[in-house]
Amino acid sequence: MLSLAAVSAGYGSFQALFDVSLDVSQGEAVGVIGPNGAGKTTLMRVISGLVPLRGGAMTLEGRSVGGLPAHRVIELGIAHVPEHRRLFPRLSVEDNLRIGAFIPQARARFAEQLDRVYALFPRLKDRRDQFAGTLSGGEQQMCAIGRALMSRPKLLLMDEPSAGLAPLVVEQVFDLVRRIRGEGLTVLIVEQNVQQVLDVVDRAYLLEVGSIKLAGTSSDLKGHEFIRKAYLGL
Amino acid sequence: MDIYLLEAIINGILLGGVLALLALGLNLIFGVIDVVWIAYADLVMCGMYMVYWLYAGFGWPLLLACAVAIAGVAVLGVLVHVLIIAPILGSAPINQLLATGGLLFFLQSFATLLFGTDFRNLGIRLPIIELGEIYISTARLLAFAIALVGAIALYFFLKRTFIGTAIRAIAQDRDIIGLMGVDQRRIYLVTSAIGGALAGLASCLLLLQYDVHPFIGNTFGPLLFMICVLGGLGDMIGGFVAAFIISQIISIVGYYTNTELAYVLAFAFFIALMFVRPRGIFVR
Repeated sequence: MLSLAAVSAGYGSFQALFDVSLDVSQGEAVGVIGPNGAGKTTLMRVISGLVPLRGGAMTLEGRSVGGLPAHRVIELGIAHVPEHRRLFPRLSVEDNLRIGAFIPQARARFAEQLDRVYALFPRLKDRRDQFAGTLSGGEQQMCAIGRALMSRPKLLLMDEPSAGLAPLVVEQVFDLVRRIRGEGLTVLIVEQNVQQVLDVVDRAYLLEVGSIKLAGTSSDLKGHEFIRKAYLGL
Repeated sequence: MDIYLLEAIINGILLGGVLALLALGLNLIFGVIDVVWIAYADLVMCGMYMVYWLYAGFGWPLLLACAVAIAGVAVLGVLVHVLIIAPILGSAPINQLLATGGLLFFLQSFATLLFGTDFRNLGIRLPIIELGEIYISTARLLAFAIALVGAIALYFFLKRTFIGTAIRAIAQDRDIIGLMGVDQRRIYLVTSAIGGALAGLASCLLLLQYDVHPFIGNTFGPLLFMICVLGGLGDMIGGFVAAFIISQIISIVGYYTNTELAYVLAFAFFIALMFVRPRGIFVR
């Protein structure tokens, strides 16, 4: 579905990604793990068009998407739940969801999709008129995921969905990810929480200092000597 | 209660309507694009000339002339953004202030060149309404009512439409707005057009009450900025309320003394409040 071939990217004179290649197939959940500063967020921002591609190629369903601006990429079916959720704090929960359905094909089916998101996250319906900034961390993550789902994406990008949340809430967030997978959505998720993310994804890549160091199925990686030592603390 | 005081208060409310409408436009542009259009009052002047020439010069029906002027000033707003703001959007705010300040002198001089310094009016005399001993100008009442309808229409546009929601969202997080499928440049154009259209509507309403001349913007431009700063720049509700506070001060003080002193006191009130509440009276 999504394919990156030798992608490089950076900011100014700083290069954050070096020849990154990865694939995500229809219906899969794929993880990208790695330490802080490895380029995980940049990778997500490159895919969604917030950071321009410097080299390499990127295709979605065989169609080149490299170099498109973010507002065009989402129209092709890639929705991005950004790091730290980035809700619009002084808009209501429902307005946050409304803006998630900004693209023309989503606008036409706004009411229907809103019902689906509320069915998935009933808590959001209870808090629909509240400012998004007043939600708890877990609710904010629900709202951020709901906002991305409003565009009716084919592929959902999730950047560190557990960042900054209490351990109990982190559990809930990974449950959310499982529920979204249950909806049949293709998911690419970036996480530092290696143990938990390997429990929800089919495959994962290890990204370190801007390069893919390892790739494999979750069970392979959980058994991998280096991952066990460096990331799982076993 | 003193019947003339009551009349002054009513007039103050009516005066506030058009100012509130203009404050909405200026705050909308500041809130979304983060730039102050110093020449905003002069766009109103352009609109007034448009109505004047279409109606008095070419003999168009008044409503049609007004509609075309509203659209015309909306286009002017877009041109201000595309030609002046967009190229310097990334530079220091002071440069944007200077650029739109330059536009102010350009528009005033250009209007003087085209039309001279004559005072012109539509030659329409709307009747005066008598309520007991209170006299209310129909032109003012009409201007107030239409300004209010314009403000309410803007409110529903911002609250109920997708583009309106994007306009409210964009100032809260410019970086990720693209992830929502929102093209920031397009929202800036739409906002500039709406800001222009509000100035265009205000120009129709003001021309019912005042003569147009190239420097008419100077008579209410400073007042308008004071209102916006008082309400908190970018705070649409704050600016809306501040317009009525200022127009009440002007109207009531003007009743007890004279208009000149009323303006002096309104600005003194503004300066005093800037010490107490520098970010606007309604900062949350």
